[in-house]
Amino acid sequence: MRKPEILTPQSQEKDIILRVDGLTKMFGAKKPQAREMLRNGRSKEEILKKTGVTIAVDDVSFEVERGKIFSLIGLSGSGKSTVVRCLNLLLKPTAGHIYYEGEDIAAYSPRQLLKYRREHISMVFQSFGLLSHRNVLENVAYGLEARGIDKKTRTEKAMEMITMVNLEGWEHKSTRDLSGGMRQRVGLARALANNPDILLMDEPFSALDPLVRRDMQFEMLSIQEKLNKTIVFITHDIDEAFKLGNTISIMQDGRIIQTDTPEKMAQSPANDYVRDFINSADKSQIYNVRNFMQRPSCLVRQKEGAQVALKQMRANDVSSAYVVNDRMKFMGVITLDAAFRVRAGEITFEEALINDMPSTTADTQISDLIPIASHAKFPIAVLDDKGRLQGIISKAAILTSLT
Amino acid sequence: MENWMTEFPEAFSVNIREPIDNAIDYMVGNWGGFFDAISKGLRAILVQVRWVVDLVPWWLLLLIVFLITLKLTRKPFRAALYTAMLLFVGMIGLWSMMYATLTIIITSVIFALLLGFPLGVLVSFSDRASRLVRPLLDTMQTMPSFVYLIPAVMLLGLGNVPAVVATVIYAMPPIVRMTSHGIRHVDKEVVEAAQSFGSTRSQLLFKVLIPQAMPTIMTGVNQTIMMAISMVVTCSMIGATGLGSEVLMGINRLESGRGFAAGIALVIVAIVIDRLTQGAMKGEDTHAEA
Repeated sequence: MRKPEILTPQSQEKDIILRVDGLTKMFGAKKPQAREMLRNGRSKEEILKKTGVTIAVDDVSFEVERGKIFSLIGLSGSGKSTVVRCLNLLLKPTAGHIYYEGEDIAAYSPRQLLKYRREHISMVFQSFGLLSHRNVLENVAYGLEARGIDKKTRTEKAMEMITMVNLEGWEHKSTRDLSGGMRQRVGLARALANNPDILLMDEPFSALDPLVRRDMQFEMLSIQEKLNKTIVFITHDIDEAFKLGNTISIMQDGRIIQTDTPEKMAQSPANDYVRDFINSADKSQIYNVRNFMQRPSCLVRQKEGAQVALKQMRANDVSSAYVVNDRMKFMGVITLDAAFRVRAGEITFEEALINDMPSTTADTQISDLIPIASHAKFPIAVLDDKGRLQGIISKAAILTSLT
Repeated sequence: MENWMTEFPEAFSVNIREPIDNAIDYMVGNWGGFFDAISKGLRAILVQVRWVVDLVPWWLLLLIVFLITLKLTRKPFRAALYTAMLLFVGMIGLWSMMYATLTIIITSVIFALLLGFPLGVLVSFSDRASRLVRPLLDTMQTMPSFVYLIPAVMLLGLGNVPAVVATVIYAMPPIVRMTSHGIRHVDKEVVEAAQSFGSTRSQLLFKVLIPQAMPTIMTGVNQTIMMAISMVVTCSMIGATGLGSEVLMGINRLESGRGFAAGIALVIVAIVIDRLTQGAMKGEDTHAEA
């Protein structure tokens, strides 16, 4: 018998590809003793002193949705790199479970583990982890080679990936001849060549200079759009986490403090640590236009004409009105001056409309709007994908979002 | 009674000479067949190596050295210099002596590498093997090389065969050490990357670890060769032929000229081989960077 009421809304909506449940990782010999002490509520420092056991990750749980970017953020030593290495069993968890598509990966046989690593999950490393004795093509093809795929097929596949990361023409160069950004493109192409479901990225852009980093972030998002991979993204840069992550977890001292969407985390941080972290961030990258857009105070239907527009502007004490058609499709802006000229019969209402002005969408990040806003004469119209007016966003609102 | 405070007390004395003598005597007496077989095998291999070395006439060797140096360094002057140095060895009448010495060096180095390289790989993987092998290597390297000569002679007789055995023991530590050092110090993320793509242990070893450690391993090969060359004179004391025996004869007959001539020839051989192997290492690097 079905009992729909016990299904939580979450499990109905979310398609979970990777679930981490109570993951704990300790380094050292006397793990049972350390676990006992941890259970008794002793501090990590005390446990380290008594047993020599470092507790890198302590009872961490989270879920990763298929096709989404899950961003794990924390300072160095917070355990985030340890967590990500448990996800493909480069490190063996001390306790807890990791479920890939519902299968507990800790229970995998060596053969199953090889298959899991070869076909379902791959990784991009902070200092690239490239094989310096091989050229770009051979590096990208490494995963396919390990799987035993014949040379012709793997060269084709690798070239496809090299093209995707815009490295055509470099395939026969040594990796030593490449710049940092290009090396990480090789790392990315190598990880994608196996066509994995999940991409683990361990601070992939931290070693790059800021301009290159921004390029790579953009490139990663566009690749994500094309291939729709699930990405677990590790970073210590809150801006990067907010820019890329659909969901974000903040780690401190081996624990996850808060898991949320960027907006929710910014609006209601779980504690002061999270608040401080977020305050250090560039706010324009947390918020979307949606968070700051307003209803236009002066909205006129096209068929209502100049007379109504003038009346509305007078009533609201503004000097411009937003004009839409019957289906709310945005037609343009009419200014007070133009409306007077229409009334005087100098021009038609349609001629008076200014419609070559910039517009935006509700999901645009505020940071992307700043260059447009600086040139805009009116508040920017926020349109949906069918061109319907959803609201407007003023320069003032954009400025307040930055503080 | 003597004063135990000032004199080392006799009660503490342990006799290790006799047990060692007995052990060697036992081996000579009972494992004679085994050592005979080793001796015969090694002698056969030495003959083969000598046959190969003799296939190269003097002018061809000079040409090979010239061309290889030119290819590796792209410096014609240096290539000409090394060639002239080797030519000088022939001019002072030591060409065939040099071939005899090269035969022993080549044979010893082949054995040292065949035994040392796999041992180095093993040591790099297993901490227990490392703890076991490391002190052994230290002992092999610091023990005066003369000491190896005595049991080698007793077990294998006089001549080139015990010389090869003593040289292999003396020259093996660098290749073991450098192989294990090179593999252990491959970048951690490179190893993790290889594992994360589902490499098996042998894929990891042959496709990643050994190629990545190659520059260090080649340094070990170079050092092993140099150690083998440094054993040449010592080994002449147990009947090894070649440049070493010339030096020995120079000492015995107080002929400084003979001693120096052979000594200079040895130095030339060492320099040329050293530069060629180092050049090969660098050449490999530039190839990889190209």
